[in-house]
Amino acid sequence: MGSDRHDHDHDHDHDHDHAPIAEGSAVSDESLRLERALRELLIDKGVIDAESIRRQIEVTESRTPAEGARVVARAWTDSTYRDWLLADAKSAIGAFTGLDLAGTPELRVLENTASRHHVVCCTLCSCYPRAVLGVPPSWYKNAEYRSRVVREPRAVLAEFGTELPAGVQIRVVDSTADLRYLVLPLRPAGTDTWSEAELAGVVTRDTMIGVTLPRAAGDRSAGGPVSVAPPLGRPGQDDPSR
Amino acid sequence: MTPPVRLRPGTRVRVDARGVDHHCRTPRYLRGRLGRVVAHLGAFGDPETLAYHRPGALRNLYQVEFEHAELWSPGEAGVLIAADLFEHWLSVEDD
Amino acid sequence: MSSAAHDMGGDPAGPVDRSEPERTLFEQRVDAMQRLLCAPDRALFTVDALRRAIESLPADTYRGLGYYERWLRAMAMLLVERGVIAEDDLRVRVAALAAGGTTRRAGDPAGAPPPEAGR
Repeated sequence: MGSDRHDHDHDHDHDHDHAPIAEGSAVSDESLRLERALRELLIDKGVIDAESIRRQIEVTESRTPAEGARVVARAWTDSTYRDWLLADAKSAIGAFTGLDLAGTPELRVLENTASRHHVVCCTLCSCYPRAVLGVPPSWYKNAEYRSRVVREPRAVLAEFGTELPAGVQIRVVDSTADLRYLVLPLRPAGTDTWSEAELAGVVTRDTMIGVTLPRAAGDRSAGGPVSVAPPLGRPGQDDPSR
Repeated sequence: MTPPVRLRPGTRVRVDARGVDHHCRTPRYLRGRLGRVVAHLGAFGDPETLAYHRPGALRNLYQVEFEHAELWSPGEAGVLIAADLFEHWLSVEDD
Repeated sequence: MSSAAHDMGGDPAGPVDRSEPERTLFEQRVDAMQRLLCAPDRALFTVDALRRAIESLPADTYRGLGYYERWLRAMAMLLVERGVIAEDDLRVRVAALAAGGTTRRAGDPAGAPPPEAGR
């Protein structure tokens, strides 16, 4: 399942003329032909056009978890905003980020606490808060996560390197209907003096799904915005690794 | 016309155990299981008919919570599973 | 009708593969087409119908296809069901591509992909 198909150096141009990279288990030639045939048939019938497809791809690819991270950072620092977010996520997120969420599914935010940890899934398909987080990762849509997270969430979390303190209740939320769920992770210790930008820097996509915990000290895990380190010598900052 | 909300938070409910041959959003791992209503989530068009491009009557949707031990054996303490289920799949379980 | 292969909560499964291969053009196009076709201005099929169509794939087909491959087949099924396209038209085009040809004319609009030799 490697992605290492580009064995020569060139800018990644989406209209490249060599074989497309296969997804997961390799996309069959049959699928590639079907996609092209369907797309061209729809274009020729005037149902869609190539430009709209291209624009839609750009829009979709541009949606990243960064806005969600900013929402979390705001909720961590502003309890009034947090209350609004928990009561009416779409309106709170729309107002703060400027995202146009009209026509998108209902959204709810699940607040993690010292005694309760939420993790989100969709066992039936791949329901996911796309409007805020963008496209879900492959693992979220694949059989292993969907099958196992409702049955052995601690073991699944361990595969993500996540171990919750003893006594923390896990609540697995299966998005079976029209609502989409976003986790408000627990603010990590030692961040009391951090700015919102710094806080947003530790909020990755996976922390908003609930499979990982935001890490305040020294961790630069892939999958989200780059941490912004506070300036050296900042008063009250007791983490020597910064 | 929104249907009357029949289930209150805290109510113990049994998920119908019936098998269906059409699209539905009640996972098999919850069928026949006992849970507790957490919240009424609103009324939404019935996916079971919308999936066939027939009108979807508004149905009340609830978040229902299940103890891990109710669903799986061996059960694991400190784990809850919540799912969003439609009212027509839920019946009140008398104590 | 529904094979219930999709209804997998609690089924035994292996470890989660966390790798995230770069999204391919195939995936991006399938995703884009689905969004366009379901958008309010076209609304050619509902997302519920898309799920239903995916679920109707036979179990071994469901399991043997990738995520977007399932979407693609479901979309084609629904577009035929809704009378937007004729199954024969689609079949003819697929066959033409399989035979190593192209379904497009030489002077395609800018941005259309170059003819892909049936690989």
